[in-house]
Amino acid sequence: MPLIFAAAAVHAPGITGRPQNATERQRAAFFPAYQRLRERLESARLDALVMVSAEHFTNFFMDNMPAFCFGLAEGYPGPSEDEPFLKIPKTIVPGAARLARALAAAVSEDVDIAHSEELVLDHGFMVPLHLLAPEMRVPIVPIVVNCLAAPRPALKRCYALGRALRRAIDARPERVGLLACGGLSHWPAVPESGKINVGWDRAFLEDFLAHRRDALTRYSEEEIERNAGPGGHEIRAWIVVSAATEGAQGETLCFEPIPAYAITGAIATMAI
Amino acid sequence: MSLYSVQKVLFRLNNDAAERKRFAMDRDAVLGEYPLTSEERRALAEADVGRLHLMGAHPLLLAPFAGRSGLKWPDYLAALQRARDAPHR
Repeated sequence: MPLIFAAAAVHAPGITGRPQNATERQRAAFFPAYQRLRERLESARLDALVMVSAEHFTNFFMDNMPAFCFGLAEGYPGPSEDEPFLKIPKTIVPGAARLARALAAAVSEDVDIAHSEELVLDHGFMVPLHLLAPEMRVPIVPIVVNCLAAPRPALKRCYALGRALRRAIDARPERVGLLACGGLSHWPAVPESGKINVGWDRAFLEDFLAHRRDALTRYSEEEIERNAGPGGHEIRAWIVVSAATEGAQGETLCFEPIPAYAITGAIATMAI
Repeated sequence: MSLYSVQKVLFRLNNDAAERKRFAMDRDAVLGEYPLTSEERRALAEADVGRLHLMGAHPLLLAPFAGRSGLKWPDYLAALQRARDAPHR
């Protein structure tokens, strides 16, 4: 089966941890959109979901920081955060180990990656999973991208990873989905927290939907830091998915700035 | 200045329960294992997140450390802002 589902969605901890802090109007725009994405994911009847998210000092530190790390395990504990923070119970998410190994091998033809059998899932993976597959039964292949500690992987390499992933997934017999988790502009855990660059988010989303490689990969690190904040580096996950779905029609399910969650509630899918 | 070591301490305290326990029992012993300046050691021992912020410690390392040190979220953000605004900066 070729890739049969692809989407991108934000993963801020406030979404599950403090949902009531958003206004009623914001919640009415955001949560039903996540629900619609869940319905699409369920109707895709996936054998596995490849999830691309950002490192947040959960698995890696600067003693050994991989640009891209594929999880190859049979299962992943998560969330790493305390339950009161995310309001997501601790569990083990099943891993699609055989698929992960095959994808890692195939992707390695084009992009150098690291791999791990001991990844722990933080809010980056768990917030989207909690909203899209709360029974945690969909086996996953987690891919952790260094969106954190400079030097980070160049945006062009993230694009290359997306293309390589698509080739690898299309060669597999399983029904596979792909989900980017994170972004867009945000300033996490600093006094600016809650600031959102809505114009920047909108422009990025348009380029994402239209697979504009040159536009998506044009940002310098300083530009991202200045205009999209330290959290803006998480656009890497979205770039992977845009690259993996070149030619597909993109659709925005939600674009709702929610300062209480410190992000624009951005959710988008690709009709593959 | 050994920002790497400051951040390493934060990372280990955030991610390793046994290390947290050791730190709670004997801060000086744990901090003595890292090449830190006396200012850095003091900031870590006192959970002075404002100081650590000015030193360049990553906010995603600082925030969980602050939380476990008993600092509420608004107080954490205020401490960072206060440190930025301080005249001695």
